[in-house]
Amino acid sequence: MQQIRATFDRLRHQRRKALIPFVMGGDPSLASTPSMLLALQDAGADLIEVGIPFSDPLADGPIIQAASARALAAGATPARVLAAVAAARPRLTVPVVALSYWNPVAQFEGQPGLEALRAFVRGARRSGLSGVIVPDLPVEESFAFRRIAGREQVAMILLAAPTSPAARLRMIARASSGFVYYVSVTGTTGIRRALPPHLVDGVRQLKLLTTQPVCVGFGISTPAQAAMIARVADGVIVGSAVIRAMAQGTTTSRKISNAAQCVARLRKAL
Amino acid sequence: MIRRQTLPDRSGHFGPFGGKFVPETVMAALTELEREYAAARRDPTFRRALRSLLRDYAGRPTPLYFAKRLSHRLGVNIYLKREDLLHTGAHKINNTLGQGLLAVRMGKQRLIAETGAGQHGVATATVAALFGLTCEVFMGEEDMQRQALNVVRMRLLGATVTPVTGGTKTLKDATSEAIRNWVTTVRTSHYCIGSVVGPHPYPMLVRDFQSVIGQEARRQILQKTGRLPDLLLACVGGGSNAIGLFHPFRHDRRVEMIGVEAGGSSLTPGHHAATLMKGRPGVLHGANSLLLQDRFGQVLPTESISAGLDYPGVGPEHAYYQLVKRARYVAVSDRRALQGAQLLARTEGILPALEPAHAIGYLAQAAWRLRRGAPIIVGLSGRGDKDVQTLARHLHAADPRHV
Ligand SMILES: Cc1ncc(COP(=O)(O)O)c(C=O)c1O
Repeated sequence: MQQIRATFDRLRHQRRKALIPFVMGGDPSLASTPSMLLALQDAGADLIEVGIPFSDPLADGPIIQAASARALAAGATPARVLAAVAAARPRLTVPVVALSYWNPVAQFEGQPGLEALRAFVRGARRSGLSGVIVPDLPVEESFAFRRIAGREQVAMILLAAPTSPAARLRMIARASSGFVYYVSVTGTTGIRRALPPHLVDGVRQLKLLTTQPVCVGFGISTPAQAAMIARVADGVIVGSAVIRAMAQGTTTSRKISNAAQCVARLRKAL
Repeated sequence: MIRRQTLPDRSGHFGPFGGKFVPETVMAALTELEREYAAARRDPTFRRALRSLLRDYAGRPTPLYFAKRLSHRLGVNIYLKREDLLHTGAHKINNTLGQGLLAVRMGKQRLIAETGAGQHGVATATVAALFGLTCEVFMGEEDMQRQALNVVRMRLLGATVTPVTGGTKTLKDATSEAIRNWVTTVRTSHYCIGSVVGPHPYPMLVRDFQSVIGQEARRQILQKTGRLPDLLLACVGGGSNAIGLFHPFRHDRRVEMIGVEAGGSSLTPGHHAATLMKGRPGVLHGANSLLLQDRFGQVLPTESISAGLDYPGVGPEHAYYQLVKRARYVAVSDRRALQGAQLLARTEGILPALEPAHAIGYLAQAAWRLRRGAPIIVGLSGRGDKDVQTLARHLHAADPRHV
């Protein structure tokens, strides 16, 4: 949590915006995940989002769905993804946050109810993760998880959407820690040629309601789109474009360098 | 025992189950739906419109038929609640008429639905045509093959049927895809969920629309026999026909309730859809309920001869009924369901859908525990036209002289 705060404080000082790539833990393999994270850091990532795969990723479009399926086939489990992050941690200087759907987290290590959450959050902290994002856990249902995460100093990053009315935005901004994740489109993750015209207004409105950093994700794929959003937001999250670039590689090392090149191109635009 | 308070609570929970676990993008739409539904259920115009559609368009009330030959065979008095006689052939139309009226009230121009057996898809396509809305139905590729007749019906009604090729290619993945589409089109589209599943307020709303089954059945059995039944029996996929029958009897403590799940080919993981028997608490498709899942919280594949029961989740109200022991849940195998379909066809001249054939398949086992002549109501949720090919194939395989 402190590491996320420190990162945004530093970026603000440097008048820079955060570049936040997303990759799926265990894709293409669990063994490659530590080098993938390090490559993204070297390519200019300020913070990294690592996915914990789920069989039914409701908020994801085809590219991330496929990455989830590949990671599950490669044997990824929540604990193994945490272990992969822990393996890279000694050489990582940027904060890493985990993105997972609710069910794998709530079943962590086969434990029931709150025990699973406690074990997951503790495991995340020990692996050197700074925060968690759970796209199917709205603020109303997040109370217990937030309390547990808060105690362990793990940030619980909540999502805000273009369809969220002002009262909800305020509630989300207040409950979120680390930063607020603004969903740029009404839709799932994926690559979009054009971003919605009201996006800039939406981010501005949210910025007026909170002093926390606001990062924007979903649908952003090109350096030009990233640059446009960076004018209003504190950070840009890019998932599907990085994963598509990665998946086009034929060997593991090509996959990693493809993802890193995609991040480097985005970095130049920010 | 269930307390006399109304369930779910304000946040949509049935005890530990229920709630809202969906992407933030659709949270506002759920709030709007809650608000509109609360207003509609108090609005006499809405209620009158729904009542008259249920009567003149759908064909309610449905008969409560005393199945004499079947009763004689099994030694208990069996009454069939004939939802199979409704327009479009199943109980699903009760719910889609209600949600269709709500969608019109909210000014939505488009309906989205998921479907397994195709009955909910047909019912949604039907009300879309009736109200002049566009309609897109998501259906797993495997289900499109085994329920080809219903695919044709939906297309004839003007709906777009979108094949879902991901995952298990059945109802679970069709539901995920419908939710993704809803996340994308939420401002103009109403997601017409087909069972008592999904995020609040759907489990409550669908239950209310389906409760007409139990309300009529309760009145009818009292009229016919002067007493309440000993047992209610209904199949459970998501659980809407079962909750529709059970809910109006929930305070009648002497009335036993049994939900019948799909036992598939065997009760080993991956080969059945018996969520209440074999599931653990978990979140899928917007609600916390019971779920067939592995140790890591990944959803398990399911298997059932009936596409409408082939689902790894179940409505949160059923999970709650089981927890507080108000209802019991059992599983019936594919083979016994096929025997059930045949039994009802031969004894009563009624060909049931494969879903309620599971409930028929359990009758013999339910009967031996009860005293002779005990009255039982079986929810006959739909008719078997859609399943004729599946029945022919399996019965032929069992006995080539057969069909
Ligand atoms: C005839 C029939 N009965 C039952 C079901 C199962 O749904 P539910 O459990 O919601 O009643 C279906 C689903 O397609 C159906 O077509």
